[in-house]
Amino acid sequence: MGRASSKEDVGALFRSLRSAYAATTLNLKIIDLYVGFAIFTALIQVVYMVMVGSFPFNSFLSGVLSCVGTAVLAVCLRIQVNKENKEFKDLPPERAFADFVLCNLVLHLVMINFLG
Amino acid sequence: MWVEVEAQISSRQNSLHSCARQRLQKEERISFTLIEMARSLAGFLVLLLVISICEAASLFQPISDSHRSAALELFTSDHGSFKSLEETYEALRTFQILGIEKKPDVTAAACRSISETVGSSSTPKDLFYALKANSIAQCKIHEKASEGIISSLKAAVSGASLLLDFYYSIGGLVLIKDQSSKADIRLADAEGVFRSVKAFSQSDGRWRYSSNNPESSAFAAGIALETLAGIVSLASSELDQSLISTLKNDMSKLFDSIEKYDDGTLYFDDKLVDGHEYQGPLSTTSSVLRGLTAFAAATTGNINLPGDKILGLAKFFLGIGVPGDAKDFFYQVDALACLESNRVSVPLILSLSSAVLSLNKKDSLKVRVTTVLGSKAPPLTVKLVGAFSSGSKDASLVESQELKFDQGSGLHILNDLPKSIDVGSYTFVFEVVLQEPEDEKVYVTGSQTKVPVFVTGIIKIENSEITILDSDLGSVESQSKLDLAAKNAVSLSANHLQKLRLSFQLTTPHGRAFKPHQAFLKLRHESKVEHIFVVGNSGKQFEIVLNFLGLVEKFFYLSGKYDMELTVGDAAMENSLLVAIGHIELDLPEAPEKAPRPPPQPVDPYSRYGPKAEITHIFRAPEKRPPPELSLAFLGLTILPLLGFLIGLLRLGVNMKNFPTKPVPATFAVLFHVGIGAVLLLYVFFWLKLDLFQTLKAVGFLGVFLVFVGHRTLSHLAAASAKLKSA
Repeated sequence: MGRASSKEDVGALFRSLRSAYAATTLNLKIIDLYVGFAIFTALIQVVYMVMVGSFPFNSFLSGVLSCVGTAVLAVCLRIQVNKENKEFKDLPPERAFADFVLCNLVLHLVMINFLG
Repeated sequence: MWVEVEAQISSRQNSLHSCARQRLQKEERISFTLIEMARSLAGFLVLLLVISICEAASLFQPISDSHRSAALELFTSDHGSFKSLEETYEALRTFQILGIEKKPDVTAAACRSISETVGSSSTPKDLFYALKANSIAQCKIHEKASEGIISSLKAAVSGASLLLDFYYSIGGLVLIKDQSSKADIRLADAEGVFRSVKAFSQSDGRWRYSSNNPESSAFAAGIALETLAGIVSLASSELDQSLISTLKNDMSKLFDSIEKYDDGTLYFDDKLVDGHEYQGPLSTTSSVLRGLTAFAAATTGNINLPGDKILGLAKFFLGIGVPGDAKDFFYQVDALACLESNRVSVPLILSLSSAVLSLNKKDSLKVRVTTVLGSKAPPLTVKLVGAFSSGSKDASLVESQELKFDQGSGLHILNDLPKSIDVGSYTFVFEVVLQEPEDEKVYVTGSQTKVPVFVTGIIKIENSEITILDSDLGSVESQSKLDLAAKNAVSLSANHLQKLRLSFQLTTPHGRAFKPHQAFLKLRHESKVEHIFVVGNSGKQFEIVLNFLGLVEKFFYLSGKYDMELTVGDAAMENSLLVAIGHIELDLPEAPEKAPRPPPQPVDPYSRYGPKAEITHIFRAPEKRPPPELSLAFLGLTILPLLGFLIGLLRLGVNMKNFPTKPVPATFAVLFHVGIGAVLLLYVFFWLKLDLFQTLKAVGFLGVFLVFVGHRTLSHLAAASAKLKSA
């Protein structure tokens, strides 16, 4: 009985999460998708490294860190753009997006240099 | 000794150019008979000589063809012309003295430079050297030019104040007198000029260069003598004889300061005061000789100089051999030419054609007596008055005997060396006696000439045998005769209780005992360990006994086969030998624990410096790379999330509603996206081929553009959304 209830609880938990998520705005969903894409790419690279060894270590780091970095920047953007966030009420979302673009460009320059 | 005495007594007044002979002086006749007596007392004399030996024996050779070839090498000219008139003169004079043919380009170039100097107004020094060169090259000088020279030189004489000024101007006048058709060149005030030159002299026989400079030198003395000789020859009237006799006194004082080397050579040298002015002994002695002979030629009356000093000077110049410098060569040859024909005395040099004689080949002793330049000597006899073994003070080994003169070759030959001359090193003492009494005044031969001679021969090696003896009993175990002339292959065996004896006899060609410099027996083990023993002797018998009982430790207890080698060698031995005798099997006891190990044999010394093993660089092994298919597969896998992202976007229902429609903002928006794309493309190029600096430059430009465009776009968007909010 307990187990079935915990299973149900888990299932109920998931369903409520999904419905709540559906309520988020489109912008935020795009950003979430982007973050997922970046993390997934990083994971694939880690799996590859585990398989073949980390010989050009700088390349591996460059690849993984660019994915992780861009994910982090996207999360920052999400925080700043989210209207429910009282902290960033006065920050126009365009400004946040401009920051996101600029930081990404710098990140990718550094990462391409490190790629070797 | 007696020859020296009579040379000092006699006076040499003959001039070689004149054929007149002086009447023999009475003293010379007396001295000749004394010599006859001396010959009979040979032994006594020789003892005296031995005591009075203060000179070492040395060999002097007169000028030969090696000098001529060296002269041709040293005096090189650039198409016949030399760097200066002085060098031209030196080269011409050297060639003339050595009898080397005049080369036409040298003569032509010399004539050119001479006529140049003579034509233009030159210093007395240039004129002097030009005229000196002309005396040999015999180029024609114009009448007008020679008149000009005479007048300028005469002016130089009257205006001269330094010794060298006088030297060049007087010397030039003497030369032009011989060369031009005007034979009548006279110095007006010869005595005055003489006195002014004499003013430079000093009491010790040396001369100064100028009245201001207190430095004096023998080199200047030579120059002064030449100048004074020139003045005497140019004087219009006889000079005061007292002047000339004081000058002769000065010359004797100068010769008192002559210096001496151990081998009997004499030379003049100046004190080294100033490096610039210092002339070495060679040029100083050469200058003094020139001055002396010029003065002797110009004046009458005898010059009292001991003949031995002239002979010593001649030996000094000959002892140099062949100089390596052109200037030194000139000084040597010029001085020897002065010695060859001068009015004082002509030295005669005794030389051997070979200083090493072989008893085996029955070499005969060949002696040559010539002048310093190698010309024929007057009739004379050479006597071997003594032969002494080097380093021993015993009496002479030979009796005084005369050498036979061979007319054809000009050599004095002693065909059979006396039996008392065995192999070894000797000093032979020769005496040269001139046959014509008049020649005594002209030539000087020296009293005794000591010459080192080395005699070699074949040493007989006889009765050589090798024996193994029992240590205790002394009984012979095995014995074999050896032939030391050829390689032997004796095979012996012994143990440590036995002795090895090797013996042989050495005899000289004349049957005397001989002790060579080296007599060694070498035993070499298979492991290359060697032991060397000296073979001792008593008289003719050489013997060595190796008692193996005592040598066990020296041999490092190594048993086995030992090769035996005998070395007998000496400089006087023509058949020195290094011969293998054979081998001996030695049976030695076992080495105890503390016994010394044999020394490690030296590695071939040359292998240390040979090439070492080549080192090839080991490159880092490249890392294992994964197979390309795997890498490509993962590349595809990495693209997958991107596709997932795009598909997700589509599913979410992204739209471009907010894209501005009005043309101006639309352009900016487009440019914004283009700008971002351009930066990303730049990054791709950066990875592919650009370097960081180029990329940063481009990023800088694109970034500025992007910021401007982005600002416009985003502010437009912000304004639009604000309008929406308010609306």
